[in-house]
Amino acid sequence: MEKNQSFTHDDHHGFPWKHIIGFILSLVLTFAALFVVLSGALPTTMTLAAIVVLAIFQVLVQLLMFMHLNEHEGAFQTISMAFGFLIALAVVAGSIWVMSFGM
Amino acid sequence: MSETHAVATESRGPLEYATKDGQMKIFGFWVFLGAEVVLFSCLFAVYLAYLHHTAGGPTAHDLYEVKGFLIETLLLLTSSFTCGLGTHELRRRNKAGVLAWLLITLLFGLGFIGMEVKEFVDYVGEGATLSTSAFLSSFYILVGTHGAHVSLGILWMIAVMIQLGLYGINPVTARKAFIVGLYWHFLDVVWVFIFTAVYLTGLVL
Amino acid sequence: MENIKDFLLHDFFVTGEPMIYMADVAIILVSLAIVFVLTYFKKWKWLWKEWLTTVDHKKIGIMYIIAALAMLFRGGADGLLMRAQLALPNLHFLNAQHYNEIFTTHGTIMIFFMAMPFLFGLINVAMPLQIGARDVAFPYLNAISFWLFFFGALLFNLSFVIGGSPDAGWTSYTPLAEKGLDPGVGENYYLIGLQLSGIGTLASGINFIVTILKMRAPGMTLMKMPMFTWASLITSVIIVFAFPVLTVALAMLTIDRLFGAHFFTADSGGMPMMWANLFWIWGHPEVYIVILPAFGIFSEVISTFAGKKLFGYKAMVWSMIVICVLSFFVWVHHFFAMGAGPAVNSFFGVSTMLIAIPTGVKIFNWLLTLYKAKIRFTTANLWALAFIPNFVIGGITGVMLAVVPADFQYHNSYFLIAHFHYVLIAGTVFAVFAGLHYWWPKMFGHMLNERLGKWAFWIFVIGFNVCFLPMHFVGLMGMTRRLYTYPADLGWTPWNFIETIGAFAMGVAFIIMVYNIYWSARYGERDTTGDPWNGRTLEWAVSSPAPEYNFATIPEVKSLDAFWEMKKNGEVEKWRKQPLEPIHMPDNSYRPFVISVLFFIAGFGFVFEWLWLGVIGLIGVFLCLALRSFEKDEGHHIPVEEIERTERAAGRL
Repeated sequence: MEKNQSFTHDDHHGFPWKHIIGFILSLVLTFAALFVVLSGALPTTMTLAAIVVLAIFQVLVQLLMFMHLNEHEGAFQTISMAFGFLIALAVVAGSIWVMSFGM
Repeated sequence: MSETHAVATESRGPLEYATKDGQMKIFGFWVFLGAEVVLFSCLFAVYLAYLHHTAGGPTAHDLYEVKGFLIETLLLLTSSFTCGLGTHELRRRNKAGVLAWLLITLLFGLGFIGMEVKEFVDYVGEGATLSTSAFLSSFYILVGTHGAHVSLGILWMIAVMIQLGLYGINPVTARKAFIVGLYWHFLDVVWVFIFTAVYLTGLVL
Repeated sequence: MENIKDFLLHDFFVTGEPMIYMADVAIILVSLAIVFVLTYFKKWKWLWKEWLTTVDHKKIGIMYIIAALAMLFRGGADGLLMRAQLALPNLHFLNAQHYNEIFTTHGTIMIFFMAMPFLFGLINVAMPLQIGARDVAFPYLNAISFWLFFFGALLFNLSFVIGGSPDAGWTSYTPLAEKGLDPGVGENYYLIGLQLSGIGTLASGINFIVTILKMRAPGMTLMKMPMFTWASLITSVIIVFAFPVLTVALAMLTIDRLFGAHFFTADSGGMPMMWANLFWIWGHPEVYIVILPAFGIFSEVISTFAGKKLFGYKAMVWSMIVICVLSFFVWVHHFFAMGAGPAVNSFFGVSTMLIAIPTGVKIFNWLLTLYKAKIRFTTANLWALAFIPNFVIGGITGVMLAVVPADFQYHNSYFLIAHFHYVLIAGTVFAVFAGLHYWWPKMFGHMLNERLGKWAFWIFVIGFNVCFLPMHFVGLMGMTRRLYTYPADLGWTPWNFIETIGAFAMGVAFIIMVYNIYWSARYGERDTTGDPWNGRTLEWAVSSPAPEYNFATIPEVKSLDAFWEMKKNGEVEKWRKQPLEPIHMPDNSYRPFVISVLFFIAGFGFVFEWLWLGVIGLIGVFLCLALRSFEKDEGHHIPVEEIERTERAAGRL
């Protein structure tokens, strides 16, 4: 019943490429978001959309590159995270919507 | 149940997955992280709903400073990277390497906490307390809960480092080190959202 | 000195209430009796070794059920007090404050300290056996979950005699529940008792998910699992993603009350409605947490006593998965009338109607399982059969409530009370009674008496309908929820009087059930085969009560209804004769009990806003965590000779 799982065998020896790429990507995405905001180049809604998209990318980078999300029980772990983020979205968007009745 | 305790059944793969017990604990921790995602989402929901509920008190624009939150971000991100390097050394079965990178991770983490404590103290000094407004209540609880998680993580990481020092790298200590690493990385994932939805949004909206 | 005396008499001990003085006396007498009995029969060591430090899922399950039965008594007593007051108009033997406290503790206890622990108890007892495992994935954590529940419940119940009960309803709406309108410690007991217990629940959710996904016997794929196991898995998923919301809501209100924050205050930018929003984001999934395991129990009981495979296995699984996802998208229907506006209300009205569909599918599948079956009318099955029509009534009124404009009339009337009692009692309570009768022999090695069981069943079900059916009518006549008394000229009186009779009938049934438990312990028919019902699933393959290690050898599973197929194919003897090996089991531990005591102490401190005590308790908790981290828990092995002895004594070898 226990199928053996995918490990990133390049992690055992040699250079930690995944981590370094993940780190650099995260830095780039962080500064990109900061730049979008500080430059004030885009209208408000687009700025917000941009930084959210950049945040989501960075989170995916970190989940895959730092946290090895897809290792071992990758399928169940990914489902767990995905469902968590789905509920998170429902909670955040839902709450803002429900509570926005123009007080 | 005889394979669940610390007898490695596979010598080539990462040690933390070598026992059934290790596999179950790591998987269980991922499930726990799913719960933590929802926990933080509630804190974010309330924070965003109360963004402008400042009750005449200090606002995000009044308080947040780019230099401060950028440094916090870089400290935590770097610590997540160094923690990852620790896991890499763990898989190379290099005890000294693991301890070195975890120590560096800890120091960056302490730096992060130090800056955050200073940030809170400064805000309080400017009259921005937990009971000033709903906005501030939610700011302190969101960022404070994250900070409390990091502080707990620091203590946890120290405990794991002590055990690595005492017992070396075996399936049990490898699993513990891997899990505290997962926890640490997760806290940086949450911070990406805090950086975005709290600090950057605070400059925009 | 004056101050201390003042504090003790006015704020600490509840004074001036005869009923509470009686409770004080009862508590002291019962505690003394327990201490006396344990000492006289020299059972302290036994209690410590066998129960307080156990990590065995079967024992933990039994402890959950015992606690739940005790809480059913208290919650039921609360209910009877309410019904007594409302039997006739203008009664005031309970004043408004008393009544508020009673309906608060009634609801809170029934949901958090009766329904959930009862279900968790049954899941603990049966699920690992059903999947062919020797325990849950994290036995130590399992013990922590139980003791956190126990001490959370203890803290909550303590409020009755020390400090005063919470009184803001089980839903604890703000701004009433804020310090300004509800000073005193009662509400703090609610917030902190539930917080403690909630940690245990979340841990159980994680534990059960990992157990079911990682510890099934070889050959048991997901689609070959028993339906109760599926229900437990999906319930656990809901728990993991819903309970953090409650954690946050409780914490925010606690911080409002203790530290002057403004999450839900009516001033300084707070929004009281935010509490209702967060509470129900948790609260709706919660009702599915208490109903899905019930559905699982019914699936097992109905198919066993129909002697037939459950109809539509795949649809049953998928309907629960759909319910799981949808349950997070319907929460506003609990507060349509609070002013979120037509767009929000429309969305949630539609989603609420949608969620009725998968449940409907399940009802049809149970009916189709019974169709053309040779049905055995055991007590367990009577509870399951009665569930079908009674729950459907509750389901239908639920769809009526989902019609938003109509809900503006029904909301917070007795119509609503009727609805949720029909789904909760006919759903969850009938299920736990069914499960109790069904799995009792597996837990204790003897059967519950069928005659007493059937008397209790009929009196309860009739009493239940007599109590709650009229509530639909009196609700439509305008009787509002949480009214502590009512005037005589509204035409409500005859209905209320009838309802009270029904309620007391349920009380009588409960007494019969308790007597059944006592009688059966002394004279009940012993279960010598381990399979008293000609069961279909693996828990019936082991002796009754199940041995410590569950299975001498883990079975190899080839199909759904694994044990039924083994019996059909004549494979049971061969399996029992397989060579034995020593079995590795986890060690007992004192720490789950101790950590929960420390949490209790911390909680007590926070309730009374003695932050120093709270901090001391929490430091103790952290020390326990650290001790656990540094401990080497190797467990122990049960030698082959002992396994042989146990199996031979059970007639297996």
